[in-house]
Amino acid sequence: MSETAPQPKTAAANPPVQPIGSNLLPSDVVRISATKDVPQPDRQLTKVAKLIDVSKCIGCKACQSACIEWNDTRPEVEENVGVYENPHDLTPNMFTLMRFTEWVNPETDNLEWLIRKDGCMHCEDPGCLKACPAPGAIVQYSNGIVDFIHENCIGCGYCVTGCPFDIPRISKVDHKSYKCTLCSDRVAVGQGPACAKACPTQAIVFGTKEDMIAHAEERIEDLKSRGYANAGIYDPAGVGGTHVIYVLHHADKPSIYDGLPDEPRISPVVEGWKGVTKTAGLAVMGVAAVGAAIHGIFARANKVAEHEEHEAEKLVQSGDGNGGTV
Amino acid sequence: MNIDLSRRGFFKLAGAGVAATSLGAMGFGEAEAAERAHVRAFKLATTTETRNTCPYCSVACGIIMYSKGDVKAGETAELIHIEGDADHPTNRGTLCPKGAALKDFVHAPTRLTKPRHRAAGASEFQDITWDEALDKIARAMKDDRDANFIQTNEAGVPVNRWTTTGFLAASATTNETAWLTYKTVRSMGIVGFDNQARV
Ligand code: SF4
Ligand code: SF4
Ligand code: SF4
Ligand code: SF4
Repeated sequence: MSETAPQPKTAAANPPVQPIGSNLLPSDVVRISATKDVPQPDRQLTKVAKLIDVSKCIGCKACQSACIEWNDTRPEVEENVGVYENPHDLTPNMFTLMRFTEWVNPETDNLEWLIRKDGCMHCEDPGCLKACPAPGAIVQYSNGIVDFIHENCIGCGYCVTGCPFDIPRISKVDHKSYKCTLCSDRVAVGQGPACAKACPTQAIVFGTKEDMIAHAEERIEDLKSRGYANAGIYDPAGVGGTHVIYVLHHADKPSIYDGLPDEPRISPVVEGWKGVTKTAGLAVMGVAAVGAAIHGIFARANKVAEHEEHEAEKLVQSGDGNGGTV
Repeated sequence: MNIDLSRRGFFKLAGAGVAATSLGAMGFGEAEAAERAHVRAFKLATTTETRNTCPYCSVACGIIMYSKGDVKAGETAELIHIEGDADHPTNRGTLCPKGAALKDFVHAPTRLTKPRHRAAGASEFQDITWDEALDKIARAMKDDRDANFIQTNEAGVPVNRWTTTGFLAASATTNETAWLTYKTVRSMGIVGFDNQARV
């Protein structure tokens, strides 16, 4: 194979068509779901980030179109119920979704139309990966990308519960979990995400995390000079920072942007399961291996009754999680 | 077989697993991923690039069409992807949601690829050749212009207006094509002249 691709710096470039060596390799993985002692990579890739400036977004959804086209997903055509969200939620075929909020600013009595591009935040400390019981179904690369390896996914849906942003979605067709990849296949050849390239207002930009923070700071200064005193960056420390970051004009109130968590962190339940999930996951796989009807199990596994949720929480809180005395 | 694997079930299994057996005994010596980490194969590798202009509106964004197979080399080309052209001065790689979804427009089963004609009173469209279509259009235009062209107004001032036929042109053209279209249409006196995305 020919030369190795450079590391990406921007999304505003035309992808190569000549064969080029991938620059995002199995050896660049720093964390693997349900796997301890991941060998430390011999190099550290430059951390990347996608910056979404909600103050520049016009809600056109070019990013959604570009994501569908690049990933060859095909969200179902749904019914118009009188709202702008389309589709109605993230789906296994729609990795990013514009969420619209009409908010009356109590200080000015102005109606503000808040538009936020929702999707995986690529957490430095990913709750999905920590909750996942299937070895190798979720990996994190040293540049910060959290990616799903679908062949290893058992469709249990724990990643959905583990994610502080409620992002992954389980396909009813193949019972695998799907979410934004940060276009890992483009990043691997030195390109930026399809959504960032397409965005006509450049509300979405992509580059090294360092560059994106610097760009965000410029934007925040500009917003402050226009009267948005609380403009700021959303790069939440509770999940170790993220590789998808926002510029918010009201950074003091993230939740007004359609429920963006004010202080996201991994649920203590997930942190508590850590010890047992791996064992439990393997037990499931054992059952599967002796010839259980895989579909039956995994389709059912998604249904967690609310009382069970509470019991699990109690268990973890009482420190009884590993005792098996349920 | 009816295993209700709720999360609680997982806790039970986990407990049982630790108490009654070891993972080793169950046949899982080392927990390892069945499939190594990998990203999706880069789908544009070895495709043919063709520069073009988005057909939707008169912003006329530059696009690159990626196909498997090269028409210039006498092969059939299968279009697999379209994205904005970062070298194009109009859009620098960006696209609107329509432009970003162009691949599906090209592949749409309902896309019009040849002239069709619905005869007066008929309910169905029929395929016709370009020659037939152009002849029909020319005939209809000539007849209408001969009958309705207004050479002078009531005060006798020459106006050369033809108000009974309209012309709908494409917006996404080069300046040269746009100039030619404009001259052709206006020289016949047509007043109603527009395109699908006037800006
Ligand atoms: S493409 Fe850019 S402007 Fe359009 S909805 Fe997406 S983020 Fe907003
Ligand atoms: S569905 Fe289960 S196995 Fe698949 S990625 Fe999510 S947590 Fe892991
Ligand atoms: S946002 Fe959710 S799915 Fe994405 S990396 Fe963070 S925890 Fe995982
Ligand atoms: S980074 Fe790629 S996968 Fe993620 S939302 Fe953008 S286009 Fe979709």
